[in-house]
Amino acid sequence: MSVDRRELIRTGGKLLVLTTVAARAVEHVMAGTVDAIQRELEAEHWWAMAIDIDKCIGCGGCVRACKTENDVPLEPFYFRTWVERYRVPAVDEEHPHVDSPNGGYDGFPAASQADSEAKSFFVPKLCNHCAHSPCVQVCPVGATFESPDGVVLVDKTYCLGCRYCVQACPYGCRFIDPRTHTVDKCTLCYHRISRGLTTACCEVCPTGARALGDLKDPDDPIHEFLRTNMVHVLKPQMATGAKVYYADLDGSVR
Amino acid sequence: MDSLLAQVDGFMYPNEIELQWSVLIVLYPYITGLVAGAFILASLERVFNVEAVKPTYRLALLTALAFLLVAPLPLQLHLGHPERSFEMYLTPKTDSAMAMFGFVYLWYLMGVLVVEIWLDYRKDIVLKARSSTGPVRLFYRALALGSDDIGPRALEIDDRVGRFVTIVGIPSAFLLHGYVGFIFGSVKANPWWSTPLMPVVFLFSAIVSGIALVMLVYMTVSWLRGRTVDMTCLDTIARYLFYAFLIDFSLEVLDLIHRMYEADESFKSLDFMVKTRYATAGVLTLIGIFAMRWNVVIGGQLFSKSFLGYTVYKMGFATREGMLPAILLMILPFAILWLLIRVLPPWLGEGDRGVVETAEG
Repeated sequence: MSVDRRELIRTGGKLLVLTTVAARAVEHVMAGTVDAIQRELEAEHWWAMAIDIDKCIGCGGCVRACKTENDVPLEPFYFRTWVERYRVPAVDEEHPHVDSPNGGYDGFPAASQADSEAKSFFVPKLCNHCAHSPCVQVCPVGATFESPDGVVLVDKTYCLGCRYCVQACPYGCRFIDPRTHTVDKCTLCYHRISRGLTTACCEVCPTGARALGDLKDPDDPIHEFLRTNMVHVLKPQMATGAKVYYADLDGSVR
Repeated sequence: MDSLLAQVDGFMYPNEIELQWSVLIVLYPYITGLVAGAFILASLERVFNVEAVKPTYRLALLTALAFLLVAPLPLQLHLGHPERSFEMYLTPKTDSAMAMFGFVYLWYLMGVLVVEIWLDYRKDIVLKARSSTGPVRLFYRALALGSDDIGPRALEIDDRVGRFVTIVGIPSAFLLHGYVGFIFGSVKANPWWSTPLMPVVFLFSAIVSGIALVMLVYMTVSWLRGRTVDMTCLDTIARYLFYAFLIDFSLEVLDLIHRMYEADESFKSLDFMVKTRYATAGVLTLIGIFAMRWNVVIGGQLFSKSFLGYTVYKMGFATREGMLPAILLMILPFAILWLLIRVLPPWLGEGDRGVVETAEG
C-alpha cells in the first residue's frame, strides 16, 4: 500500500485533531475528581472519630441523641448510629452472638445464661466517612459526595433514590428515609461540627467512649488516642480508608 | 413492619433488614438480557451469514426493540424520585457504573437498534407509503423520514450501512448486558455479587434467554399465522441455544466450585444460598434464567454484610414494586411487539419480492 504525501498529511491532521479533542474530553471529565490525599493536605479540618470499645456500656444514649438531633425515623430500620452487642464464645471466635435490639436505642436486655461464659462487649457503629468511599463512587448523579474536610454527605434535593449506594456500603450505614424517599446517613453532625461543637452522639456519651477528632489539629486528643492504643478500623480488607478508629476492637467484629 | 424483624435469622445490621432492590430490579437485567440475546441471534444471519436463521431475523430485531423500550420502566418504577432520573444524563457522575449505563442504553437504542431496523425496513416502508392512502400513507411517509429512493444503488447502500451497524451492534449488545453485570459485579461490599465473572455470566445467560425468547415468539407467530415452522431454522436456533447454555452453565458451575473451594469468610453465610442455586441453575428455560437473575439480585441482599445472619424476601402483590407491576411489565413488551409487527410486518416481501402483501398478524 502506498501513501502519498497529501494523504499522509490529511490522515495525520485528522489524528492530531482527534487526539486533541480526546485529551480535552478526558481533562474535562477528570476535572471534578480530587485525589483524597491532596484534599486532606489542603483541608482546614480532617474529621475522624475515635471509639474506645472498653468504655462503651451499651446505654444507647448516642442512638437516642442521634435520632433526636437529626430527626431520624424512630422505626427499628433506620439508624445513623447504632450499638451492637457481641458475645464471643471463647472456643469459637468465628461465630459470635450478636444482637442490636432496636439498634440499642432502648439499651440492652440482660444476656442469657448460655452467654454468661462468653467474652462480651459493645460496638458503637456509624458511617466511617471513608476517604475512598464505595458509596460516593457508585452514586450516578453525585448526590452523595465528600466534603472538603472529609465528611461523606448527601444532597437530598438531588438524590434519585436508586439505592445503589446502600448496596455499595460494606458497613450497612445507609437507609432510605421513608418520608423523603431519598438516602439518609450519618453527617457527623456537620451542622454542629462546622460551628465548633462536637457531634450529638459524642456530646451525650456518659463514659467518653466516642470522641470526634480533627486529624489536622495537632493538639487534638485523637493523636494521643491513635498513638497509645491498639487501633483498628472495620473491614480493612475493603480498603475504604475508613476514618472511625476503634481501640481494642476484637477480631470477631464484622 | 415488625414482621420484617421476625424473618431475620442470626444478626443483620439494623439498616439491612429492609431489602433495597425488589423484584423489579430482577426484571431489569432479565429484560436487558433478552434484548442482547435477541439481537445477537439476529446478527448471526446478518454478519456471519447463517442462512438457516433468516426467517427469524426481523422478528428478532423487533423483539429486541420491544423489550429494550420496556427495560428502563422497572428502574423508573423503583426509584424514590423517578422525576429526577434525567439528571443521570444531564449531570452524570463519570465513575459511577450506573450513570454510564444510561449512555450505553441510549447508544444501543438510538445508535444501533433503531438504525438497523430502519435500514432493513426502509424499502418496505417506502413501498407501503406508495401503496397506501390517507393517514396511513402519511404515517409511513413520516417513518421513511423523507427518503423515497429504493433503486438498486440506494438499497445496496442500505445493506452495506446496515451490515456495518450490525458489526458495531454486536460489541454494543455485549457492552449493554456486560455492563449490567458490571453494575452488580463491581460492588465489593457484596461477596455474592463481587466477581469479575459476573458480566460474562450475565452475557451468556442473556444470549440463552434471548435466543429462547425469539424461538418461542417465532413458533407462536407462525402458529397464529397458520404457517408451517421452518424446521431447519428451528434446529439451527436450538443448536445455538444449546451451545450458549453450555457455556453459561459452565460459567455458573465454575463460579460455584470456586466459591466452595475457596470457602472464604463470606462462604459460611452464603452456603444456604449455594443450595438453592444448584436447584435453579440446571433448568433450561426462560424461567431458569429469570431464576438466575433472581438469585443474584434478591439472593445478594438476603444475607448481612456482617456475615452473621440472613432474612427472607416477601414480595408484595399490588404494591408499586410488587408482583402485579412485574407481571404487567413482562406483558408490556409483548404488546409493543404485537404493535411493531402490525406496523412493520417481518414477513413483508416474503416469497414474492417487491409485491407488498397486506400481511396481518
